[in-house]
Parts: sequence; structure tokens; C-alpha cells
Amino acid sequence: MSQSFEHQEGASVSKQTSTRLRLIDRVNIVARAVPVWSLYILLLLPVPWLLYLAQTGGLGREPIKALEHELGEIALQLLIVGLCVTPLRQHLGVNLIKFRRALGLLSFIYVTLHLLVWLILDIGILSQIWADILKRPYITIGMAGFILMLPLAITSNNFSIRKLGPSWRKLHRAVYLIVLLGAVHFIMVKKVWELEPLIYLAVILILLVLRMPRRRKTQPV
Amino acid sequence: MAFRWKNSLKDRDVTEESIFLNRRQLMGGAAAGLGFVAGSAASAAEEALEPNPWEDITQYNNFYEFGTGKTDPATYAHALTTTPWTVTIDGMVDRPADYAFEDIMKAMTVEERIYRFRCVEAWSMIIPWNGFELADLLDLAGVQDGAKYVRFETLYRPSEMHGQKANWIDWPYVEGLRLDEAMHPLTIMATGIYGRDIPNQNGAPLRLVVPWKYGFKSIKSVVKITLTDEEPLNTWQQLQPREYGFYSNVNPNVDHPRWTQATERVIGGGLFQPRIPTLMFNGYEEEVASLYEGMDLAKFY
Repeated sequence: MSQSFEHQEGASVSKQTSTRLRLIDRVNIVARAVPVWSLYILLLLPVPWLLYLAQTGGLGREPIKALEHELGEIALQLLIVGLCVTPLRQHLGVNLIKFRRALGLLSFIYVTLHLLVWLILDIGILSQIWADILKRPYITIGMAGFILMLPLAITSNNFSIRKLGPSWRKLHRAVYLIVLLGAVHFIMVKKVWELEPLIYLAVILILLVLRMPRRRKTQPV
Repeated sequence: MAFRWKNSLKDRDVTEESIFLNRRQLMGGAAAGLGFVAGSAASAAEEALEPNPWEDITQYNNFYEFGTGKTDPATYAHALTTTPWTVTIDGMVDRPADYAFEDIMKAMTVEERIYRFRCVEAWSMIIPWNGFELADLLDLAGVQDGAKYVRFETLYRPSEMHGQKANWIDWPYVEGLRLDEAMHPLTIMATGIYGRDIPNQNGAPLRLVVPWKYGFKSIKSVVKITLTDEEPLNTWQQLQPREYGFYSNVNPNVDHPRWTQATERVIGGGLFQPRIPTLMFNGYEEEVASLYEGMDLAKFY
């Protein structure tokens, strides 16, 4: 009895594995069929939607801060999704690599809009903007993240990859620092320690740890 | 002594809304209507100010007892029951007791006060409160010689205030005033807005309003008032002593460590509302500056 039970269990495990593989295959097939430009359209739709909400009271009684925070949060989310691409391929075999550039550039677009809302709608006073960037650590950190994103956005094209060669990869590792700055910026904006930004930081740390070079288990003889 | 201070802010929307006066606010609302005729020595800047609409005042709140989001209080505060309600007044008073809310209302004179309200987060509103002077309530209990401070507590009832289930704040919420601040004519206990009972999300059934201090000093849903000779440790000071002090007077010259206090945004202006300069003591400098004579306000923030 027990033998046949074990046998059955083994069979169901392999059945599960094959189901999983089939699912991954299907995801990969769909991903291959979806054109990258459709991702740009889909993920830029929140911009007109948020502006519409802000104008019609859908973002509450103070739409400027709400819009600013929504845009910043989407930017951080897109960076995190971008960071998932490599571990998804390495650990699960899901290949979404063709979307990675779009995710990075879309994140940059949202960070830029977030910054513009802060500059123009939120503060709007030049001397105060400058004082804030220099004096307020969370704004300094946010600005540092934005400035670090600039060279990455500028070199997110095939020409730059060819031209820069191996240093392109090194340059784009700056995204690890950028996403951390984004999470710290988010935590510091809150008046108290709030759970939501801490969850973002935890997810980011997990995604970064997954990238650490694994130590060899065997010592050289 | 009620009516020790006259509004100079403009009264436009208020009288219309006052038609809906209810039982609790009736006496005060009517009296305040008369008050406006008398008080009109306002500057040009003040003339331009109008109270925020009811929706701004009741749908954009900080009341962490119901959650940290601005709309959380409006969403969840209906769970709070405010009848019966008693306020314990104890410490250095002649008549320490649990005072029933109804008895307090019978003894107090409710009047209308249109005040600027400035949050430490650099936003502001104009609010037409109904309430009575805190000094009158303290006189009811009889403040003893030697009392120097007043300590306030908000209700602690996690079954109805679900935000209190989060334990990063040492509930109940505590605030404090120096006795002279508490006795000042501007300091009121508010029981209404626009002549209606104060909604739960704004601190029903009675909350402190100290218009020259940042909003968090104006503690909501008060259940305990203690006269003491020791400076109370208020909740925000306990949480972040580097950022929030005991005094917390509105002061455009002393920045919050993480943002400027020189300007503020008036709520309700939509996407293109510019910031306006913040006024010293929130515009009540003439009335209260003398309380802090000789004090370094950057040190006693």
C-alpha cells in the first residue's frame, strides 16, 4: 500500500512540474507576441487618468500632493517590476527581457512628471525649491536618484549599447542604487514609520539579494 | 467669560449654513451672528479670506485614531459613539469630577469663531467653529493656585477607533498647553462647525482649538483634562522630539526639519492653487505674541 502511495505522489509531483512548465511556456509565447509599444501605451494611460481625477475631485481635497505621490509611487513600482525581469528568467525561465528597457524608460517618465508636479504645482517658488533640494535630506535623496537616472535614460537605446560596450552594463547597475534611493525617499516623506514604504524597501532588498553572486559550495583542493 | 474675542475674518458662507442650526449649537450660533456685526476691524488680507466649504473641512483630516490617510477619518469615524460622553477634569482643581457633556453644554456659552487652521504639514483651511472658551470650562472645575499646565487626553477605544490597533503610538493621544495659553480668549473647545454638531472625523463631541499653534495641538474627542504643575509630554513630541516640540506655535521662520514652514497651501483650490506665505502665530501675533516674550522660539519650537 505504502509503496503504491509513494508512487502516486511522485507522479503527481511530476505532473505539477509539467503544468508549471507549460504555464511558463505559455507566458513566454504571449510575451513574444505582445509588441513593446503596447506596453508604453498601456502604462502611460494612468497619466491622463490621474490628471482627469485631479481636476474632477477624484484625488481628494488636495489634488496636488495626491498627484505628486501617485506619480512617484508608479515610478518606484515600475523600477521594481524592471528589477524582477532578471530573477524571473534565472529562477523560473520566464523571459520578459524585451520589456525591460520600456519599464526603465517609463519609470523615468513618471519620475520626471513627479518632479515637475513638485517643482511647478507644489512648490512653484524658485528660491524655496533650491533651499529644499539643499536642506531637506529626503528631497536631496530624491533629486540624487533623478540625476542618476538621467545617464541611464539617455543610454537606453541600441546605439549606446553598441558604443559603450561592456561599460554599458556597469553604468546600468546604477539602477540598484537608484531604486534604493527611491525607497528611502518614500520612507522619509512619511511623517512616521509607515508600513507601505517599508514593504517596498523589503521587496527591493529581496530582489537585490537574488542578484548577489553565489558563493561556491566546494573549496578548491 | 465668553465673547472675549471678535472675529475679523469674513463671514459669507457661514450665515447661510447657519440656517441649519440645530439644538446644540443654537444659542451660540445666534449669538455669533450678532457678533459679526460688531467685529469688523479687519485688514485687507483678512477681508479676502473665506471659510472653506464643509466638504474640505470634513473630508481632509488627520485623525490617526481612524488611520493615517487624509480620507480615513471621514471613512471610518462613523463607528465612534459619542453619547454618552463625559470629560474627566482632575488634578489641581477644586471640583475634580466626571463632567457629562450635556452638563458642560448647559453651563457654557457657545459662540462662533472663524479661525485660520494651519497644519504642521504646511496646508491650511479657514474653519467656522462653534465652541466655548476653554477658560470657562476650567473655571467650572476651579483651577487651583500652583497649576501651571493643562494636559488633555483623547478617547482610547480601539473597538471603535480602529487606528488605535496600530501600536506605534502610545495611545491615548496626549496634548498639553501652558495654563496662560489655555486661559487665552482665543483658545476654545469646539463643539460645532458651520452651526452643526462637529462631525466625528473632526473630533466629536468636543475638541480643543488653539488657532495660533499647528493643528496637531488641537486635540480631538477629549475625555480627560488634567491640571498639573509639570509640562505634559505630548504625543508628537514623544514620537519625534527633534521635529515636534511642546509649543508648536505656527512660525514661518522656524522650519520643520524636513520641510519649510514659510509657506502653506490653502486646501480646496485644485491643481493650480499657489502657496501663500505663512503668518507669524498663524496671523494671531497681535493677540498672543506677548505670551512668549523673551523666549527663543527656535529653541522652544
